[in-house]
Amino acid sequence: MVISEVDKKIIRALQNDFPIVSEPYKAIAGEIGISEESLMQRLALMKEKGVLRKMGAVLRHVDVGFKANALVVWVVPEEIMDEVAQKMCAHPAVTHCYDRNTAPNWPYNFYTMIHGDSEEYCAKLVKQLSDETGIKEYELQFTEKEWKKTSMKYYME
Amino acid sequence: MELTAFDKELLNVLQGGIEFVHKPYETMANKLGVSEERVLNRLTELKKAGYVRKIGAFFNSDKLGYSGTLIAVKVMDEYLDEVAERINEYPEVTHNYQRRGEYALWFTFITDRPERQAQVLAEVKALPGVVSLMDLYSQKKYKIDVRFKLK
Repeated sequence: MVISEVDKKIIRALQNDFPIVSEPYKAIAGEIGISEESLMQRLALMKEKGVLRKMGAVLRHVDVGFKANALVVWVVPEEIMDEVAQKMCAHPAVTHCYDRNTAPNWPYNFYTMIHGDSEEYCAKLVKQLSDETGIKEYELQFTEKEWKKTSMKYYME
Repeated sequence: MELTAFDKELLNVLQGGIEFVHKPYETMANKLGVSEERVLNRLTELKKAGYVRKIGAFFNSDKLGYSGTLIAVKVMDEYLDEVAERINEYPEVTHNYQRRGEYALWFTFITDRPERQAQVLAEVKALPGVVSLMDLYSQKKYKIDVRFKLK
């Protein structure tokens, strides 16, 4: 999908907080100078094309009870990676699942983020994912501190 | 402020997505069987109390001509806070986490200028206390679905 100048305006307006008012799209459309209808149509198209990943909310997960968060790095053979990914992604506690390149002394090529109310829960889940997929080489990296978490601001120049 | 059973239902619905309709909060209210006003008021409070980090649009950087990567930094303990703060200063750094492991800092870097990434990584590598860093590029994003089901 080619991103037009109007799309860029939409993206700039929507990457900030979405208004909690009765007619939020109308408010944003007014700011951009397009109709509410064309804003909603354009957003629906962006969603369909995968440009817009989601229109929704992200919570402060630690505050709502997900106190234990771990990046789990795995060594997964390339030829079974898609299959392993499918199994791991099926679990709702797995929010992110990526392949990544390796580095010297760093054989891990597959990454998952998992979240739970305790480290015990996370460890148990990881054991279960390991059993389900047969992947035995992995490491848990629990989050100790969030230094920064923001959304990217696109097209700011 | 403690989350009530209603709050949890509301946050679960909100995390499911906001529809592209004239009155999206009314749509949510209908699902929950309450008034639109109640949804608007309570969401405003939950946002203010900090339970909701962001309501809005989440874009796919790859499709906007940007490219992101994950950087892991091995850093000497006594320099950890200082290095983390310096990394935070870059606007292209969207996430920066301290983790228990050999590499203590993990940050994401998003840019539409590859030369800018090379420059920043060189700067981070040169910070006092930084032992080494790894640029962990992803080609296959199997899942990104950040939803926390509240019970």
